Amino acid sequence: MLEPSILAASLIHGLANGAVYALVALGLSLVYGVLHIINFAHGALLMAALYAVYFLVERVGLDPYAAIPILVPAAGVVGYLLHRYVVAKASRGREEAVLLVTLGVALVLENLALALFRSDTRTIETGWAFEMVAVGPALLPAAKLAAAAGALVAVLALWAVVRATDLGRAIRAVAKEREAARLVGIDVDHVFALAFAIGTATLGAAACLLLPTYYVSPQVGHGFVLIAFTIVVLGGMGSFWGAFWGGLLIGVVESLGGLFLGESLGQIGIFAIFIATLLLRPTGLFGRAV
Amino acid sequence: MNRPAIFSRSSLSRRHLLAGTAFGAAALAAPAILRAQPAPVKIGLLHPVTGFLAFSGQQCREGALLAIEAINAAGGIKSLGGAKLEPVLGDAQSKPEVGAAEVEKMNEAGVAAIVGAYASAISLATTQSAARYGIPHIVDVGVSDQIVQRGLTNTFRFCPGYGVIAKIAIDNLVALNDAAGKPARTVAIVHEESLFGTGTAQLLQKELPARGFEVVEVAKHANPTRDFTNVVLKLKALAPDIVIPANYYNEYVLLARTMRQQGVRPKAIYSVLGGAASSFKFVKEFPDDAAYIMDCNHWYDPRKAEALELRRKAEAKGLYYTYEVFLAHEAVRLLADALERAGSASRERIVEALATSSWDGHFMPYGPTRFVNGQNEGARPVNTQVLNGTIEVIFPAEFASARPVFPMPRA
Amino acid sequence: MRSLPAIGFFALAALPLPWLTSSGTVLNLATMVLLFATLGQAWNLLGGMAGQFSFGHAAFFGTGAYATAIAQIRFGLDAWSGFALAILAAVAMGALVGFASFRFRLRGSYFALVTLAFAEVARILANSLEITGAGVGLLLPLAPGLDRLQFADKAGYYWFALVLCTGGLVLASLVRESRLGARLAAVRENEEAARALGVDAFAVKMQAILLSAGLAGAVGAFYTQLFLYLDPHIAFGPQVSVEALLGPIVGGTASLWGPVLGAAVLQLLGEASRALTGGATGANLVAYGIVLVLIVRFFPDGIIGMGRARAADARGVTG
Repeated sequence: MLEPSILAASLIHGLANGAVYALVALGLSLVYGVLHIINFAHGALLMAALYAVYFLVERVGLDPYAAIPILVPAAGVVGYLLHRYVVAKASRGREEAVLLVTLGVALVLENLALALFRSDTRTIETGWAFEMVAVGPALLPAAKLAAAAGALVAVLALWAVVRATDLGRAIRAVAKEREAARLVGIDVDHVFALAFAIGTATLGAAACLLLPTYYVSPQVGHGFVLIAFTIVVLGGMGSFWGAFWGGLLIGVVESLGGLFLGESLGQIGIFAIFIATLLLRPTGLFGRAV
Repeated sequence: MNRPAIFSRSSLSRRHLLAGTAFGAAALAAPAILRAQPAPVKIGLLHPVTGFLAFSGQQCREGALLAIEAINAAGGIKSLGGAKLEPVLGDAQSKPEVGAAEVEKMNEAGVAAIVGAYASAISLATTQSAARYGIPHIVDVGVSDQIVQRGLTNTFRFCPGYGVIAKIAIDNLVALNDAAGKPARTVAIVHEESLFGTGTAQLLQKELPARGFEVVEVAKHANPTRDFTNVVLKLKALAPDIVIPANYYNEYVLLARTMRQQGVRPKAIYSVLGGAASSFKFVKEFPDDAAYIMDCNHWYDPRKAEALELRRKAEAKGLYYTYEVFLAHEAVRLLADALERAGSASRERIVEALATSSWDGHFMPYGPTRFVNGQNEGARPVNTQVLNGTIEVIFPAEFASARPVFPMPRA
Repeated sequence: MRSLPAIGFFALAALPLPWLTSSGTVLNLATMVLLFATLGQAWNLLGGMAGQFSFGHAAFFGTGAYATAIAQIRFGLDAWSGFALAILAAVAMGALVGFASFRFRLRGSYFALVTLAFAEVARILANSLEITGAGVGLLLPLAPGLDRLQFADKAGYYWFALVLCTGGLVLASLVRESRLGARLAAVRENEEAARALGVDAFAVKMQAILLSAGLAGAVGAFYTQLFLYLDPHIAFGPQVSVEALLGPIVGGTASLWGPVLGAAVLQLLGEASRALTGGATGANLVAYGIVLVLIVRFFPDGIIGMGRARAADARGVTG
């Protein structure tokens, strides 16, 4: 029953989904690469950004894509403050403490959303939800293609920032040699918070690109946290291009796993690759760190 | 100058006198009223209002609270001298062990009975804990039939379980297909991976072949599933006549939209306990995706004015009138009826009253209640179809509000 | 066995609780504290003593929980054999996870993530396999009796949990005061140095994960006996892994009593936040999250640590 056309269509869909996953994972990769912390609040921050897009679309009447220039800096500021005044203050840089703090932040954000917005699933009506584009044998929603393109732009932008700006140089210095960076006069705490801010800012963009094809509810982040971690590891922690390729790979693995094993058992493919990569090539399959 | 003064004085005194009488009367009456005002009956409302089941849990809680409000406004429990119902709220946090812990607290708060706990997994834990104290526990939604098959004498379920629902769903599907001249032969089932979806799918998968249908695909999916393209691509290739979804709201919406995006149009989308198929929220937000979708699910008897009145009240509170709202509402009213007949808030008496209950004051299409091993035997689902932007009843015939449109028209 | 008197005192002091209170809430709370204390103790054998941070203790908890349920439902065994099998099955799972990750020398966040992935694989498999009942789960028949390890009243379960928790404490203190404990501490503080001194780091870490998994499996089996129903999310969900590590970290990983104290504090915090915020949906968990952050802020070495000095002291004892 598996005709080649289904297989090809499934592959293409997997790539498109994978690009969206990569977009969600980018920020996590930066945070992981620079700060060496496991940020459990990533999913909750994505959720908060999705709500922000939702309200900008529904209450202000903005187009979700027009919200990108608003949401990216706003999310960045939130990320900076969150790291500087909550995560860093409470954890003092210790790994297990960061874990607990980000877990606490996630709990607070999720349940604040529950208290403020109730648990209803919310979606936006865009008018072009059913604009389909034929890509080879696959029919892709235009919004999903836009999200995939956005992921590519985001990777390029982040890569440019980290490679070609003073901030990027500072981030790389801090990621490699924390103490040495401090000695040459880099404000390490500030750079850490900036890295966290950039990581959160990418979630702002991700939310704008994701919402037209998805939904938001207080729990929505859960569906993306594990997959984002997987992508970060596959790509090599801290590598943007790695995250991008890792995302595509995961998208394809998920798609083919679903096709051959069913959508429930098929999820096992993602974790099988994850475990194999961790065991055999823990530095990741692609790219190198920032 | 005198007259006005006298006049005013007399008027003053008159007012004083009146006030005095009223006050006096009130003062005399007050102790009597206090004496007559019986102790309120505490009712535990135990739902998963946080965590991944938060939406359904909150809907249940709101429905139950609306019922308590209405009962109290109508004078409380008459056989208890107009005793008011007092809700004791509990949050199971979408975890069975937290649900069980809440039962302990409710027991100590002195609840006469518990209504809850929406999910089957949580209800299994809460009914078992409540049984330890003999607390009557009305299960408002949980569809797993295991809940009422464990020999717990305190456990009552007003609504049907998935056994009955699957059976009636198939009966109605056969009737629908026969009436249309048997255009449908092949079926694909798309279900979520937990207890209710898997349990329902297993029953359907076993029964459908015996009734002349070929099950060409059973697609199980996770919660959440981020993308349904794969499932839909397979459906496109297999082109089943009928697609049967059994899943939660979010996944249902994604599935229905992906089917439309990919141009998959079976002869019918016939849900069994479809998370969105008979939800006013879905119909309102996605009228085009929802059109012609059929569902075999919990539904009220649309001939009953109370059912429509509750819809108005729920919507006035900004709620969607979903099955959680009216099932929890009616579960509380079932309890109120038992209290009325028991004439006592004692747990044993309520259990007795529930076990022998033959209540027909509800607005569900169940007939008078009759409990066998805690299951209301008359409970049954209803088939609905989304027609002209609203949800119409198509089965059973005695209160159908529209004729089914099957096969659904090609768009 | 320097800790033995303290453990004995703890067990004796906790023993009469069911006679002192008739409150089901208190007894239930105490049972849950003991359950999570033991799960935390299991996590701490690996995470605290050996410094191998696991995010996947659900894999062991769930394996134990399912093993006894399967033994009883599918093979008709009694609950005691089921309990023993649960521990064995969890140890086997520990061997698998440990061998794979330690063989390839995974450490730090890499080890954490690989354990998380193993737990997810277990969850997905439980969701699909016939023997685990797939998504429908497994329900043990309700039938109190000592051979079925089911108790008609709360007190039975409380004492059962107390035995488990005491057993966990004895196990942990034996490890702490043995040569294994010293080696674990050496590996935790500096694995390269430990290797240079001739410590077989792989063997030492394997022993830690086997003990840890076995104890977590016993807790899983206890959960099955208590609630009688399992599904893949209950047994293998990520929330179990989080609960396993939350207690020890909050209480203090350096001490034998850290996991117990942490479990007690977290359970009480959960209760208090619910009592204080009333019925407002989600407010209790917002409060819980805030206090969690504050605890980390003000008790960097766990509540029992209170300051670096005592923590260093405790390390000195084990090292």
